Amino acid sequence: MFFLQANATSIINPSDLQLIAPELILTVCACVALVMEVILPYRKSKLTAYFSLIGVALAFVALTVQWWYMRGALPVDGFYGMVRIDGFALVFKATFLVAAALAIGISTRFLDIEGEQHGEYYSLILFATVGMLFIACGYDLISLYISLELMALTFYVLVAFTKREKKSNEAAMKYFLLGAFSSGVLLYGMSLLYGVAGSTNIGQIGSRVSPLMLTIQKALDAAKSSGAMADQITGLRPLLLLGMISLAAGLFFKVAAVPFHMWAPDVYEGAPTSVTAFLSTGSKAASFALYARIFNEALGGMRADWAPLLGLVAAITIMVGNWAAVTQENSKRLLAYSSISNAGYLLLGLIADNLYGYLGLIIYLFVYTLMNMGAFGVIISLRRRGIIGDNVDDLTGLGQKAPLMAAMMAIFMLSLGGLPMTGGFIGKYFLFGGLIQRGKADGKTWYYWLAGWAIINTVVSFYYYVRFIKVMYLGDRIADNRPLALSPALQTALAAAVIGVIIVGIYPQPFIQLAQELIGPIASLGAVAAK
Amino acid sequence: MNNYILSFITWLPAVGAILILALMKKDQSSLIKRFATAWFALDFILSLWLLNYNRSMGGMQFLEDHQWIPIIGARYQMGVDGVAVLLIVLTTLLGAIAALSSWDYIQKREKEYYVLLLLLQTAVIGVFASMDLFLFYLFFEVSLVPMYFLIGIWGGENRLYAAIKFFLYTLVGSVVMLLGVLKMYFLTQDTSLTSQISQGTVNLLAGNNQAAQMVSSTLQAAAQNATGTFNIIYMQAMGSVMPMGTMQILLFAAFALGFAIKVPMFPFHTWLPDAHVEAPTAGSVILAGILLKLGTYGFYRFNLPMFPAASKDQSSWHTGFGTFGVRSVIVFLAIVSIIYGALAAMYFVVKKDGDVKKLVAYSSVSSMGMVMLGLFALNPNGVNGGVMQMVNHGIYSGALFLLVGIIYERRHTRNVAEFGGLSHVMPGYAAIFLGMVMTAIGLPLLAVFISEFLALRGAFEANPYWSAWAALGIILNAGYFLWLYQRMFFGNIDNPKNEHLPDLNIREWVYMVPLMIMSLWIGVYPKPFLEYIQQPVNALVKQVRPDYVIGEKEPQITRIR
Repeated sequence: MFFLQANATSIINPSDLQLIAPELILTVCACVALVMEVILPYRKSKLTAYFSLIGVALAFVALTVQWWYMRGALPVDGFYGMVRIDGFALVFKATFLVAAALAIGISTRFLDIEGEQHGEYYSLILFATVGMLFIACGYDLISLYISLELMALTFYVLVAFTKREKKSNEAAMKYFLLGAFSSGVLLYGMSLLYGVAGSTNIGQIGSRVSPLMLTIQKALDAAKSSGAMADQITGLRPLLLLGMISLAAGLFFKVAAVPFHMWAPDVYEGAPTSVTAFLSTGSKAASFALYARIFNEALGGMRADWAPLLGLVAAITIMVGNWAAVTQENSKRLLAYSSISNAGYLLLGLIADNLYGYLGLIIYLFVYTLMNMGAFGVIISLRRRGIIGDNVDDLTGLGQKAPLMAAMMAIFMLSLGGLPMTGGFIGKYFLFGGLIQRGKADGKTWYYWLAGWAIINTVVSFYYYVRFIKVMYLGDRIADNRPLALSPALQTALAAAVIGVIIVGIYPQPFIQLAQELIGPIASLGAVAAK
Repeated sequence: MNNYILSFITWLPAVGAILILALMKKDQSSLIKRFATAWFALDFILSLWLLNYNRSMGGMQFLEDHQWIPIIGARYQMGVDGVAVLLIVLTTLLGAIAALSSWDYIQKREKEYYVLLLLLQTAVIGVFASMDLFLFYLFFEVSLVPMYFLIGIWGGENRLYAAIKFFLYTLVGSVVMLLGVLKMYFLTQDTSLTSQISQGTVNLLAGNNQAAQMVSSTLQAAAQNATGTFNIIYMQAMGSVMPMGTMQILLFAAFALGFAIKVPMFPFHTWLPDAHVEAPTAGSVILAGILLKLGTYGFYRFNLPMFPAASKDQSSWHTGFGTFGVRSVIVFLAIVSIIYGALAAMYFVVKKDGDVKKLVAYSSVSSMGMVMLGLFALNPNGVNGGVMQMVNHGIYSGALFLLVGIIYERRHTRNVAEFGGLSHVMPGYAAIFLGMVMTAIGLPLLAVFISEFLALRGAFEANPYWSAWAALGIILNAGYFLWLYQRMFFGNIDNPKNEHLPDLNIREWVYMVPLMIMSLWIGVYPKPFLEYIQQPVNALVKQVRPDYVIGEKEPQITRIR
């Protein structure tokens, strides 16, 4: 290709383009999808969906090729440190692409029912995915922020996509206002961090913050022992803390952690179900990627400060999410609260900040993507125009009406709860294991209590997950006999999700091995920083 | 070295479930029930192969070892000792009986019913056969799901409540146990601890060369992958070097909570009556006969050998009332279970609308208390008694639930006050019922006498007061069971509805007689059964109390011949 031989002194080093090949492919596909909508005859918009799926598949191929050729040489930096391809980026990108593919799969039929089958939808999904991919490989506060905004802005539009529905509009408005506010908070934290560290590059911030924290600690200790005035440098500590808290708050909003979770139930309920599915998996996974990048690499030296903060938030989030979900009647709202509690469980991986923790984070995110998409997919299949198949009771008797569908839903629900032999258990196993390991390594008991608290709350979560199973199987009544709204794409997506969940549950070895290979470096970074 | 018999027995029911799902239609219910029962019987016959267990060698046998998830140190390891052999055979026997007993009782959604019954069987056998803690945990927790459905779909009036209560209640215990499992796993990576483990301890717990070899090959594989291990024998061996302290007590508590809820021990028993009353007959049989054993088996397999210091601890806490420790708490709860269970059961004879099923359920609480007392007597007599009581309780409570189910099928009530004089119309039923009631009371020459005698004797050796209190429970037991029998079977037939009840039919005889025979056999000649558990039990006692000298001439069991 011609640009690969171009002059090395040009602004963009052409060989860097290889690093973002999946993103480039998706961007091109997204643009083409926009044009296709105009060109294609009326009622043929579904072709756009298949085209987008092909785009995602191509991006996945590009990603695999990247992994295959680079796995010995990771990490690779590009664009003057704006982008870093490492195992962490690759494994998250793979998750996002899976999420995007599933989201497109469960959308086609749904949009038909809603009468909103437009090509833009798929284009927007692809753009959001591009944003997520860049979050995974962004290595600079600026590139991270821009990609986060790319993702968030597309989601604002997607949430409002069923524009004739009041609820959808309301949800979009809420999401937009709160999202903009939280982005501001996030940006504020970033600017403080930049002010202290003097760089926006994650790696450089990390290499400056850690020694700085040590110096501050020493100065504080010296001041304490000598009784003299504290050194001037200790004045930086509040700044750093403020920056860290602002960053954390911004991200708490993005992953819907308490106390910034209020938007989630309304938005999840109001948004088109297919968008909710993508929002609760892809967007959450991307935010966690960002979280891990910043807290592990840039703020690794401040572990002692942010771990308790995150721990407290995780404990409250798990409780609030689970207990609030118990009383919900609307299944989308219920899953919204379940997704809040799951954000809490995922935070445990960050708090652990060791190999088990990150393995748990990535495996649980992957499985969560599958099972949550699957659950929303089943709910979509119940939907028909005029009747909103959104209530938990609408699933009544599904076990007899559509045994296969019900069995899949049951597996998704048990997996969300974390029953052994499903993928959810493996994810939770690593999350809790990471905490226990960290508790031993740091010699602090609160990690154990946090793990105990989290695990006791899974019992509560089983109460509402099992409710789905109860209405599907335990009654003799059937809600109605009308056929489900199925399509080949939806069925394929569901089958893929359920197979994934079971395989990860019964034979997780290849997944764990791959994940360990890829995120091992970042996890060991956390272990070192803790000392 | 791999012996696939255990995997075969474990997974055969699941294969049957898949066959039913794949090949049979919903409306072929008579085919499905015959097929399922035959399949259960096949599994039972296969499991009889386990009786080849080499009793003089002891230890873990029928070993199987495969790589599974090396990256977290989990392996697919199967192996059984004599205790597990007896429990597996009991499980397969009760499984076949439960399937046979459901032919008329279950009238709706038969296909799903037998599928779930078969899946439950796989999960439970898997629990007894696992030699890897991770694998054990998987089976242990998965066994909840089929039972949830069995209660929830085919249960009585209040089934939804009972099903979710059963599910969540037992789940609390097992999730807390997961933390303990994780901590134990990380401890196997703690070289300061594992370096103290002596080969002698491993050999003692493994019981024979093959099993010891399996442990060492497991350790090699773990070292290769730089992981810990979930091997149960190794974890037990680690227990003997684990320092006594808060951590060991907390670990003991984490495991004990999971198992105590399953047993169920006194404060954690409230799910049991609900689950039993609502469950269909076969569900009750499996629940009482087998699922409760998961708890006591857990104590036998995990708590005692893995935390020996905590298990024998009687002096951790000093209070105004005296000094007590973990063992005191467990024994206290066991004794309370014995007496409370008996009193509660008695209440249901006296009560106007007393439910026979509830009575049997509470008598289970009492009986399982006896198991716990025997196990925590921590001497060969006591542990032998506890283990035998597990088997015997499986036989007689299973039989009693079946008998209650039989009368319920005929009268659609289980109210004690509705019956009276049944021996006139149903002599065969009355005879079997009498046999089982006498078994439950602990009449000599019947099964429970042997186990209760051993357990009480063990408890007496440990502390005479314990057995004195427990004996009080036995008297109460006899009281309410005889009273129940009197009210149901003697006197005149006051209620006209009872005048034309048919006696047992052939199918019912077929599944009641084996249980009666087992009760008599164990009662008259328990030696073969005790031989199976003798070696493993002795090893366990030695592990918990290294200084204890096991009867020098002959192990105690031979003295009661």
